[in-house]
Amino acid sequence: MTAAREELLIAAIADLIAAPHPHPVRHAAVGAASPIPAHAVMLARHRGLDVRLSLLQQRVGNPFTEGARELFDLAGQGRIDLFFLGGAQIDGQANINLVGTGRPAGSAARLPGNFGSAFMAFTVPRIILFREEHSPRVLVPKVDYVSAPGVSPPGVFRRGSPQALVTGRCVFAFDAARARFVLASLHPGETRAGVRAATGFDYDEPDHVPETRAPSDADRAALAGPIRAALEDTYPQFCARVFGARAA
Amino acid sequence: MSRIESLEALAARVPDGALVALPPDTSLCPVALVRALIRRGVRDLRLVGVPVSGFATDLLIGAGCVAALTTSAVTLGEAGLAPRFTAAMRAGGLRLTEATCPAVHTALQAAEKGVPFLPLRGMIGTDLLADRPDWRVIDNPFADAPDPIVLVPALAPDIALIHAAMADRFGNVWVGRRRELATVAHAARATLATAERIVEGDLMQDERLAPGVISSLYVSAVAVAPRGAWPLGLLDLYAADAAHLDAYAKAARTEEGFRAYLAEHVFGAVPQAAA
Repeated sequence: MTAAREELLIAAIADLIAAPHPHPVRHAAVGAASPIPAHAVMLARHRGLDVRLSLLQQRVGNPFTEGARELFDLAGQGRIDLFFLGGAQIDGQANINLVGTGRPAGSAARLPGNFGSAFMAFTVPRIILFREEHSPRVLVPKVDYVSAPGVSPPGVFRRGSPQALVTGRCVFAFDAARARFVLASLHPGETRAGVRAATGFDYDEPDHVPETRAPSDADRAALAGPIRAALEDTYPQFCARVFGARAA
Repeated sequence: MSRIESLEALAARVPDGALVALPPDTSLCPVALVRALIRRGVRDLRLVGVPVSGFATDLLIGAGCVAALTTSAVTLGEAGLAPRFTAAMRAGGLRLTEATCPAVHTALQAAEKGVPFLPLRGMIGTDLLADRPDWRVIDNPFADAPDPIVLVPALAPDIALIHAAMADRFGNVWVGRRRELATVAHAARATLATAERIVEGDLMQDERLAPGVISSLYVSAVAVAPRGAWPLGLLDLYAADAAHLDAYAKAARTEEGFRAYLAEHVFGAVPQAAA
């Protein structure tokens, strides 16, 4: 049986979390409803990475005693190493837009809003951008509104920049020095030409682009077993959809 | 002296035009009180989402109770976009001030301390900052090199609204681990709370419960509202009613659907959850 699309994305993000990086991940936080990033942190941990996951939305046994404010205070101090952000639009410089499209922003389509992105992008050293929809509508040359910039001029406080962008078609690595994405891997069934056509921004493409590494049988067993058990209370609908209904 | 009132009396304490702070859907949101506010016909509220807004705010917007909203996001979570907020943004009747979550907390913390502003990292180079002329960028006076940093002015709501797991007759309110709500209560000029139940004794005298208590010093009045967060969840007492929220998200896509929802669940004979 082949891995579900969600399992592939979880494994791809888990690989990024464990990848060598100047800022190792010891403490990852997951904010608004993001079941795939949460599962990815748990998978990285299952594979042996010593990482703590703080799940803001956990209803019972929540990691915080001062709610989201504590999350942001921790980030402000640099005590969260990894956070995930998405976007209604993401552009080639890793700027993200969570407010909406059109000018003024939101006049064409209104999205929920900035959440904590305008702060977390600066205070958390590692950000992984994640958006399943990979289309010219989402991956645009320039966002209509900057909720959080991908890079900042020298002298502006920030601890890091996005490490990568994971979509439903591929993984892009982000080169912060050049403020440019580089195609890092293609998900099974995707082609260079297909990704190019579905991407509204320009990016670099090395001579060799590997296929995104699929989850192993051990990964999949862990996801359906102990990781599901840990996250099911927070993401019941996601777990039922991806891992199937529980045996009675 | 008891501070226990009826739900309708509590709603009557919120004047038209008040600056009202509301917790998010996941953190003790007083939905029964919000329904009572809609029944009382409150107008021109200026809502603050602490730090984001959800179902309760969408209800108030749809019912025509809101003139202005300051928030970091409006969403129904798993149930999707907030339909009446989205419709109001399309129609253009709602004055929206964008924020980002930690800036809302920081503004309340400044009010709690009684200082005019507090600094906060981030935001430089965002369109959020460009659209907030009330936020200033200064050069960090303690740094050796140039270091721009944003100042956020204090925000003192007129009234904070909270639904707690329990309260006592003195007006002490237990919010458990949701202690960020204490900051909202400390920052606001008045706090009105509903509670699942009233307990005997004085919560502030209980060394184990007191760390999760908002002291009656801040609380003007309390009303009992069993399942008062429904259809949202409350701590470990009950989970959100996902099916109801999905049905609301669908119904409220149209004005007619929203009116029918209000008639049934807000103005109906049994506004409380049956479950």
